[in-house]
Amino acid sequence: MRKPMKRALMAEPPVVELRSVQRRFSAGDVTVEALVDANLVIERGDYVAVVGPSGSGKSTMLNLVGLLDRPTDGIYLFDGIDTNELSEGQRAWLRSRGIGFVFQSFHLLSHRSVLENVLLSTIYNGMPRAGRIPAAEEALNRVGLGHRIDFSPTSLSGGERQRVAIARAIVTRPALLLCDEPTGNLDSSTGESVLSLFDELRAGGLTLIVVTHDDAVSLHADRVVHMRDGRVETAA
Amino acid sequence: MTDPTDPTGRIESARMGVRDLMSESIAGIFARPARTALTVLGTVLGIGALVATLGVARTAGNQIVGRFDELAATSVVVTNDQGFFGGDTRVAIPADAAERISRLNGVVAAGSFGSVDVAGALVRSVPIPDPLAQTEFQMTVYAASPGLLDAVRGELRTGRFFDTGHSQRGDHVAVLGPGAAQRLNITRVDQQPVIFIGEEVFVVTGIIEDVLRQPGLLNAVIIPEGTARANYEFSSASTVQIDVEVGAASLIAGQAAVAVYPDQPGLLEVQKPPEPEDLRRDVEGDVNALFLVLGAVSLLVGAIGIANVTLVSVLERVGEIGLRRALGAARRHIAAQFLVESTTMGLIGGVIGASFGVLLIVTISATRTWTPVLDPWMPIGAPLLGAVTGLLAGLYPAVRASRLEPVEALRAI
Repeated sequence: MRKPMKRALMAEPPVVELRSVQRRFSAGDVTVEALVDANLVIERGDYVAVVGPSGSGKSTMLNLVGLLDRPTDGIYLFDGIDTNELSEGQRAWLRSRGIGFVFQSFHLLSHRSVLENVLLSTIYNGMPRAGRIPAAEEALNRVGLGHRIDFSPTSLSGGERQRVAIARAIVTRPALLLCDEPTGNLDSSTGESVLSLFDELRAGGLTLIVVTHDDAVSLHADRVVHMRDGRVETAA
Repeated sequence: MTDPTDPTGRIESARMGVRDLMSESIAGIFARPARTALTVLGTVLGIGALVATLGVARTAGNQIVGRFDELAATSVVVTNDQGFFGGDTRVAIPADAAERISRLNGVVAAGSFGSVDVAGALVRSVPIPDPLAQTEFQMTVYAASPGLLDAVRGELRTGRFFDTGHSQRGDHVAVLGPGAAQRLNITRVDQQPVIFIGEEVFVVTGIIEDVLRQPGLLNAVIIPEGTARANYEFSSASTVQIDVEVGAASLIAGQAAVAVYPDQPGLLEVQKPPEPEDLRRDVEGDVNALFLVLGAVSLLVGAIGIANVTLVSVLERVGEIGLRRALGAARRHIAAQFLVESTTMGLIGGVIGASFGVLLIVTISATRTWTPVLDPWMPIGAPLLGAVTGLLAGLYPAVRASRLEPVEALRAI
């Protein structure tokens, strides 16, 4: 994240820019407007919490921003690149290099060690083999799990598992970290430790978008985006 | 590496190294070793059955051909037996049939013989004054041409076989089979012992030790054909035994009947040894047809097993698939991973199955003291067949896995 800092002088584009994005799901005769005319700009280094009731379109927006889904209508610029123009393979390439994901249910592979779980990101990222293990160890040290490298994820506590997942997300040094209810499965004190880890990462220059129900998360974020019925209500 | 945060940078398509693909797939297989072992078992059985079937058929075929020995390969028999319904067309074999056949190129020896109707006369030797011992026996009497002993590869224990002169003169001489000699209590011929057939007296000139063909001669009294014709209305020999050179059997079999009966050779029955190649093909064909079907069925069951388990594995690992997609795996990387997993399982099954199959062939051969025979392509081809089975079995599950939408996949836990 050193490079973006240096280029900040060059009026670089926002990491995420949604221009009247729509996402419509239809199953048979039923059509659901999951996202209606969403406009959102997230600058480099922003820490944004997305809040709102269930079904308000938070996850849909996160999936669109994470290039896991395509908008029905509208334009999504990721780092200035019009993602509508990209093929599936190119979107996968962008995910592997530019975006890290943290999920509520961690999504760790239970039969692989902590280190192997973190290494999983580097497989699709094109990182040279020789650099992978040092990078994974560095990421694990960063989340404070350097001593748990050879453990099985099943032997870890919930907070530790989520930190392994965060290490997996940041090992490729993405520009953007997308978190879907990262504290949803954690008690408040371990949740707080994950949030302070986010603060550290953010201090290191990472851009964070956190979808949450948790008010504690909103307190840590610079900006809170409220969503209701598929609309972005506050984008302060 | 291209900086993805640079909007002017070229955006490539996602890639995955072959080594990474292999190591991820193998890790996937060994994540559940017990299940993998059971899955592989189907292919092991299928490939093992195929290898063992082909190998045993080949070994047995080779064995039968090996046992198909020189003795049988050099024997041609001509009879006037027209089979079960052939009574009316039975023809006489000329007196000089053996002589005619002997002149054919490739014949080592030929001799004709036939049973003599002695009208129920009993055979006895010089009576020994023992009131309890049986002295008269009902015995088969054969009339034979002088060349018969060589044609049946016989050996004499003592004395000599009668010759053409005996036959032409109608001399009352006889040669005894070992069984007949024992019953008649005759062990030596140097004092010219006599036997009686009915009231006719015959001088015993020799005793047979053994014959390799026509074992019926062993318990019989054998007299010259000329003598039989003169005394017992013996009209014709029924069988001509021919000893041929190795490899000449087919040729002689074709010529013998013509030599004996130039005008109607079809009236004679010629028994020749089966051709070695035909024999091997027949044996392999018989064994293969049955067991290849069994092997193929087990292989199919194995393939269905792999397909089933891979499909279950895909459904179980939906979350993992979603995660991999989020981490930058393209659809084809997901498909490739599951295909490599199923192919590897098939390959492992093929290797183990081929090993078991070969082991089985060797074991069977060892217990039967056979020489194991194995086609050289088998140890290579069988594992490949297993891998292809695994590949085909994995196609559908792999396509299913690659079609999963990452958003849906990540939602499933």
